[in-house]
Amino acid sequence: MNTNEHGSLEGAPFLKDKTPGLAEPAGSVALGQSCERSAKQVYELLNAIKPYQDWREAAHRIKQYALANLDKLLVELERNLAAKGVEVIYAADAAEANRLVIEIAKKHNVKNVVKGKTMVSEEMELNHKLAAVGIRALETDLGEYLVQLADQRPTHIVTPALHLSAEDVGRLFADKLGEPYTAEHRALTDIARRHLREEYLKADLGISGVNFAVADTGSLVIVENEGNGGLSISVPPVHVALMGIEKIIPRIDYLPVFLNLLGRSGTGQKLTTYTHVIHGPAPGRKMYLIIIDNGRTRMLADPHTRSALSCIRCGACLNRCPVYRRVGGWAYGWVYPGPIGSIITPQMVGLDKAAKLPFASSLCGACAEICPVKIDIPHQLVYLRKRGANERSSVNSWIERLMWKSWAWAMGGSWRFRLAALALRIGTPLAKFLPWKPWYLGAWARGRELPKAPGPAFRKTWKER
Amino acid sequence: MIKLTQSSPPAWDYPKYEPGEPVALFVPCYIDQFFPAAAEAAVELLRRQNISVVFPKEQTCCGQPAFNSGYWDEARRVVRHFCDVFEPYRWIVGPSGSCTAMCRVFFEHVDPDPRIVEIGSRVVELTEFLVEVLGVTDTGARYPHKVTMHNGCHTRRELGVVEPPLTLLKNVHDLEYCPLPDMEECCGFGGTFSVKMPGTSLAMGATKVENVLRSGADVLVSPDSSCLMHIGGILQRSEAGRRIQVKHIAEILVADE
Repeated sequence: MNTNEHGSLEGAPFLKDKTPGLAEPAGSVALGQSCERSAKQVYELLNAIKPYQDWREAAHRIKQYALANLDKLLVELERNLAAKGVEVIYAADAAEANRLVIEIAKKHNVKNVVKGKTMVSEEMELNHKLAAVGIRALETDLGEYLVQLADQRPTHIVTPALHLSAEDVGRLFADKLGEPYTAEHRALTDIARRHLREEYLKADLGISGVNFAVADTGSLVIVENEGNGGLSISVPPVHVALMGIEKIIPRIDYLPVFLNLLGRSGTGQKLTTYTHVIHGPAPGRKMYLIIIDNGRTRMLADPHTRSALSCIRCGACLNRCPVYRRVGGWAYGWVYPGPIGSIITPQMVGLDKAAKLPFASSLCGACAEICPVKIDIPHQLVYLRKRGANERSSVNSWIERLMWKSWAWAMGGSWRFRLAALALRIGTPLAKFLPWKPWYLGAWARGRELPKAPGPAFRKTWKER
Repeated sequence: MIKLTQSSPPAWDYPKYEPGEPVALFVPCYIDQFFPAAAEAAVELLRRQNISVVFPKEQTCCGQPAFNSGYWDEARRVVRHFCDVFEPYRWIVGPSGSCTAMCRVFFEHVDPDPRIVEIGSRVVELTEFLVEVLGVTDTGARYPHKVTMHNGCHTRRELGVVEPPLTLLKNVHDLEYCPLPDMEECCGFGGTFSVKMPGTSLAMGATKVENVLRSGADVLVSPDSSCLMHIGGILQRSEAGRRIQVKHIAEILVADE
């Protein structure tokens, strides 16, 4: 259960260089089954909606519009929020965002922080940065709380502790909280609630993410299921909201389509249990919004991958992905796993570190089919493979380039094709006698027979009639 | 269960086939070399519809292997060769959904030249051509066996070809169709994915094989021989699996047993 070795990009199994291919850890069975269940539930719910494809199209276009007009919309949001007494600050990267949070915390003399679920704070590794200056930050989302207690990283962007069984949680509570062991769901949530409730009252600062930032009304929308989000932002006297620049939607009229899609696609709910629409601090309270870039403008600059910024972090593509289901979230090495993570990570942390991730896909397209904002995920994965092959990256290899150059030569005409085929026909059976298997052949033969020695090629026997 | 897929890819506007027009057969490289029976069945199937079939001999490959691996410059050379070879033909039909998707959907990514995109858009998958273009639903075949079908992900999601192969298969006389549980799940082949991530590829294949066995069929077919090469290779490694025959759908559609 301890997975600290998977906790950093350097230790990410997919990205290790020890094996020629992608290293493949086996994820927990519970995770795979759970993903499959939620994907089925999501389909059931979505199929019941007649205009579902219209909703998707609408959400897609609204996000495209927002991304094309980010410069104006962010300023509009800032102006409207400032008018309500919210202090809006921009951060270019994770380091700057961390510095800002720490400054705010120091200014208000903060010792204890409660946090609602926020993925951007995972990008920042905020909890560790706060701990380093003596501020204790506690996750209040149940899944995040468990993962924090276990000193792990989330395996899923919506359900962070998907890999833990009730038995695992019971042992964790016994070990870290000194509670008597139980694996009974109700008893476990009661334990978590009892411990968390005290923390809200102790906290001097609440930190949250933002699901949608509405420009025209200057509202921040946060959705959640446990009530922890609402408590984190309203009980402590100071609230800091963190958001990526792409979270913006132009008008409040557009909110319903996203709320409808997010709950249904993410957790198979018609709506999440709580939807908070925040219009500024209550009298006597203080509120900040930190708007973070951290590599997003790089994605925005590339028209091929720009639409990946319209991701609303529902997690449907993870649940649906046959690769994610089998390897789990840690394999991807960074904050965002699964198909969408394989697009975001290489661009945010750099192709020199993470260019292998786009290869962690059979390109089956199940992700694009379920994506509520219609991101063409498999097409972007192939595009990023191309960037990996052409730019300085962790997959750039002159041997592979040479291989494909020879292949392209062989595919340039009939006689060359026949020559290559002849070489393959003679070479493949001979490979059996080699003391070692050439890499690709060995990888294939690990669990599969090669196609049987074929008769003459079709082009040999073809007759015009 | 999954129904969303049918409205996901844009609906294709098929041109009208005029009787007498020749059809150029596009035989993907690996079918030419490893599965010639699939191509022969495709020829027979088209000829039974009184179509004159042409096989442009200079053809090689659609370029997909290099494209999916990120080597687009190399893929582009092969794509251009493909277009030079097939340019004279208004109809290009291939017995592979995945290679058809490369032509129709991805040529544009590799080479936005309108000539290339236009030629790519002429390529039609075999069962799609029969059902959507010719309006054939019964090929007159007879095959008294229990048959299940896996549809490739490119055929399903990139081309949106879901019903045509099923329609044709279900109308084969005396055939007992055994639905494949979770048919829409990927088999795990994925081209070079199968050798770059063999562990995950095989784990996905194992699930597919379990479902093939659960279907109760004796024969597994697909409009994509590449999926079959992978699933069939895994089937060969087990006692129960070796009892299952693996064939391209075209071979069943011309059978007369």
